[in-house]
Amino acid sequence: MQLFIQRLVEGLSNGAMYAIVAVALVIIFKATTLVNFAQGGLAMFGAYMINVFAIEQGLPLWIGFLLGAVVMAIFASGVERVLVRPFDPEDHLPVVLITFGVAYILQAVAGWKFGTEFKSFPSLFPAKPTDYISVLGARVRYERLGVILVLAVIAVAVHLILNKTKIGLAFRAVSSNTESARLVGVKTGIVLNFGWVMASFFGAIGGGMVAHFTQLDSGFMDKILIFSFAAATLGGLDSINGSIIGGLIIGLIESPVQPMIRSYVPGFEFLTSDLALVVAFLLILGVLFVKPSGLFGTVRVERV
Amino acid sequence: MSLLELKGVEATYGQIQALHGVDLEVDKGEVVVVLGANGAGKTTTLRAICGMVQTSGSIVLDGVPLVGMDTAAVVRLGVAHVPQGRGTFPELSVVDNLMVGAYVRNDNEIEADIEKWFDIFPRLGERRTQLAGSLSGGEQQMLAVARAMMSRPSMLLLDEPSLGLAPLIIEDLFSQFAQINKDLGTTMLVVEQNANLALELATRGYVLEAGEIVLSGTAEELRNDEGVRAAYLGA
Repeated sequence: MQLFIQRLVEGLSNGAMYAIVAVALVIIFKATTLVNFAQGGLAMFGAYMINVFAIEQGLPLWIGFLLGAVVMAIFASGVERVLVRPFDPEDHLPVVLITFGVAYILQAVAGWKFGTEFKSFPSLFPAKPTDYISVLGARVRYERLGVILVLAVIAVAVHLILNKTKIGLAFRAVSSNTESARLVGVKTGIVLNFGWVMASFFGAIGGGMVAHFTQLDSGFMDKILIFSFAAATLGGLDSINGSIIGGLIIGLIESPVQPMIRSYVPGFEFLTSDLALVVAFLLILGVLFVKPSGLFGTVRVERV
Repeated sequence: MSLLELKGVEATYGQIQALHGVDLEVDKGEVVVVLGANGAGKTTTLRAICGMVQTSGSIVLDGVPLVGMDTAAVVRLGVAHVPQGRGTFPELSVVDNLMVGAYVRNDNEIEADIEKWFDIFPRLGERRTQLAGSLSGGEQQMLAVARAMMSRPSMLLLDEPSLGLAPLIIEDLFSQFAQINKDLGTTMLVVEQNANLALELATRGYVLEAGEIVLSGTAEELRNDEGVRAAYLGA
């Protein structure tokens, strides 16, 4: 029981990290129906920027998080304006290749500027060995609960931005029907730019949350990005709430479910955590085969 | 002086030329109809006005040249376009659709205006929190018109508003257009295949064939024209 609770919390907090990055993916997808392969790179670089502000410059960590996220938001705004907007939004291939390119450039620059060795990364929340609450004898750590809290704050923030602001309304209009959005006077370029800004801002915060648990290097987001793709696919690529639930489900599969199957189901002893990525891939494939719109995504119907 | 004037307008989609020098005028407060078969260039004419297709020639709205201007800027000059197939935002609620319609406005009468359109189209008011995608075709067309009117346009472009609707609903809708034109003075350019109804609503009309205007006149003249009767009125 103790172990189960610990793994449950671990699974939920891992899931929350996948969910944060998945939300960022979904924001870009909703705006452009484009899968942004640079999201991992943006989050990774964001974590390095937080590290620069908080550790190298000695600013308080939460200010480091904010500044790092702002820097990445400005960077993403530039990427959208200079590299993405000139291309026909209907033609996905060039833009997908560009997002790949941006991902690799960010990785190379991070390795070159910040070195290739692993760096430890602080937590926004108390993370000393004694910082936990006991639940039925299990140690539930604050740093784990903190991730879930950050996800909740981001979810509320995204919800408020999309539903209570004018730019949010324009964003929903563009993602629903781009041509009609133009016809009511929405400048779609600015709205898409805003999508990249939001995604990169929240993605950088996600990167900072992840880095504490994995340590910081130029590739630490690679694996997370796959889990986040799985989360977004499972929840529905155009559903913010779906991607959050998808993230938590993936986290739970990875942490309590998979070890339990390994321990208790005969014949599945091979299912070690090394295979978590394979499980995530199989899940992506399974969803695409069975329910391509995901659990909460919009089923696109051709209208006459 | 005319509110909208097109002179020698040509439009191309890639290599394909859809308009070959269209001349057309709409006076302030007038309802003008463009008749024509499928593929004649009716939709393209409206798209050219809104800067949604590669266009050359001259399009002038109230003294301002529109060719080369982007769509968002044209809308800000007072043009509202109800596209073919309604073009509502299916994932947004009815109210949000109307809110987006007022996107170019910054005054504080937007909510009062929404209520006004709910009075004019009570069926929309009953469905205000419903998603637009769940509305019937007629309700979607009402929503598309109300949304366009939310920008308080001086010029309303209607692209085949009768398409796919039941005859009773079409009649209802067209009498609303007449009412809007009368009450608000909104100038309208209507593209239609349903010539009978359109000529009842309009004061003047043009006939478009293969990207060129082949005939123009008052609604009365067009109704009595042999060619028009044979081709569009089924008489």
